[in-house]
Amino acid sequence: MSVTDGPLLPSIIDENRPFWEGARRGELRVQRCRETGRLIFPPRLRSPWAPKPGVEPEWVAVSGRGTLWSFVVPHPPLLPYYAQRAPYNVIVVALDEDPTIRMVGNLVAAEGSGIDSVDPATIEIGAAVRVVFERVDDEIHLPRWLLA
Amino acid sequence: MLKDAAAIAGIAETPFAKKLDGSEKSLALDAILAALADAGIAPGEVDGLASYTLETTDEVEIAKNIGAGDVTFFSQVGYGGGAGPACVGQLAMAVATGQCRVGVAWRSRKRGSGGRPWAGGTPEASVPANWSRPWGLLRPVDEIAMLTRRYLHEVGGDRNHLANVALAVRKMANANPRALMHAKTLTRDEYLNARWISEPLCLYDNCLETDAALACVVVSAERARDCRHRPAYLHAFAQGLSRQSHTMVNYWSDDPLRGPASSCADQLFRASDIRARDIRVAQIYDAFTPLVLFSLEGYGFCGRGEGAAFSENGALELGGRLPINTSGGGLSEAYVHGFNLINEGVRQIRGDSVNQVADAESCLVTGGEGVPTSAMLLRR
Repeated sequence: MSVTDGPLLPSIIDENRPFWEGARRGELRVQRCRETGRLIFPPRLRSPWAPKPGVEPEWVAVSGRGTLWSFVVPHPPLLPYYAQRAPYNVIVVALDEDPTIRMVGNLVAAEGSGIDSVDPATIEIGAAVRVVFERVDDEIHLPRWLLA
Repeated sequence: MLKDAAAIAGIAETPFAKKLDGSEKSLALDAILAALADAGIAPGEVDGLASYTLETTDEVEIAKNIGAGDVTFFSQVGYGGGAGPACVGQLAMAVATGQCRVGVAWRSRKRGSGGRPWAGGTPEASVPANWSRPWGLLRPVDEIAMLTRRYLHEVGGDRNHLANVALAVRKMANANPRALMHAKTLTRDEYLNARWISEPLCLYDNCLETDAALACVVVSAERARDCRHRPAYLHAFAQGLSRQSHTMVNYWSDDPLRGPASSCADQLFRASDIRARDIRVAQIYDAFTPLVLFSLEGYGFCGRGEGAAFSENGALELGGRLPINTSGGGLSEAYVHGFNLINEGVRQIRGDSVNQVADAESCLVTGGEGVPTSAMLLRR
């Protein structure tokens, strides 16, 4: 990640590259333990559920549907990009396939809308959500979430 | 097991301020030398050193400036506010096993006049940051606010429970002339109307920004009895990095609201003759108010989900079930990654706290919940 006046962007490394490849195709991906089938996120180099030398978990696509687990509404002081949009929301989504697999994201009013496009007073824990992707640049397409 | 084999014999701190003159090294040296004087031990006897990995003053600089002898034990502990009791506990283990005889732990930080870590430079490309920062979860307060919202939702709590913590420690600070908030009272109305930092956390849920250095001296129980003050015996000590937990953003474990405090507490009480129900005063790491509620559960003062309710009816104030952070803690005395909680724990054992708990036969001191942490039980 690097600090600019823009958003903080993820560092793409071998460990997470398949996630961002999926995002560019509009596909939400997590890892799966090759032995137990249990889903894994954030990515690991070895499955904690059946660690074997040299064996990485596989990547699989999930439905992109989940439930809003929690949310915050940050106010300044913040980095410039985020201060300009504050108050905005940050949410954690529990995935339908396995609610212990959770992702940090933002609830947006419509595809392409900003992270400040939803009135924070209307956000509720337990809401059903579905993923959309916002193209930031050629490499990074960030997952955002819409009410399902 | 430690079981009182070592003790804290000396404590000291610089003044607490938004801005102090002098470098972090200079402040560290003053705190260390004053702690040795408090114990009545010559600096040349120091042969053990322990600090935080975040510390900018290294062992070589400290040792040569204070005129330490040959140093035969030195260690650093990671994870910021999780490290405090571990620094002391590792020195105690080293003293108990003969690796050193006079250990010094310290923390020096100009966080009041220096920058905010989240706002400067390039953030670490660590695993959690990659999965949180891009969406605007930037600061420690945002990360803990996320857990707090979920916690209050699950246990049926509200902001009044967070206020219970903020108000209790502020009252402690109001009686403590060293505290940054000594002269500033806080009412529930002021709390509830304060500006947001990261909803559901407001200004008063956040710790202070402080320049300060603190230190303590660890020696054997036998040596401590010859020092100037009543020894604060290290009865038990533990560290905890719970299974599959993530630092600050524990959203990805099976049970995000079971933090490192639980695993730390399991080990602490395995090594202790003192139980949670015996403890009458505690110094609980309070970078943010909800960490206290989480820790009350983690260390077994109440059941899972009962931390918010435990805080009611003045339980955390003097005269309550468990007075906490009797010098004002990180919220109202000074925020120096919890080292002031260590020194205040020692004062409770000595019996000279400004908010002395009468029957303080023991005192729990914890590191930060939400990060790989540590805790210790001091006793008379």
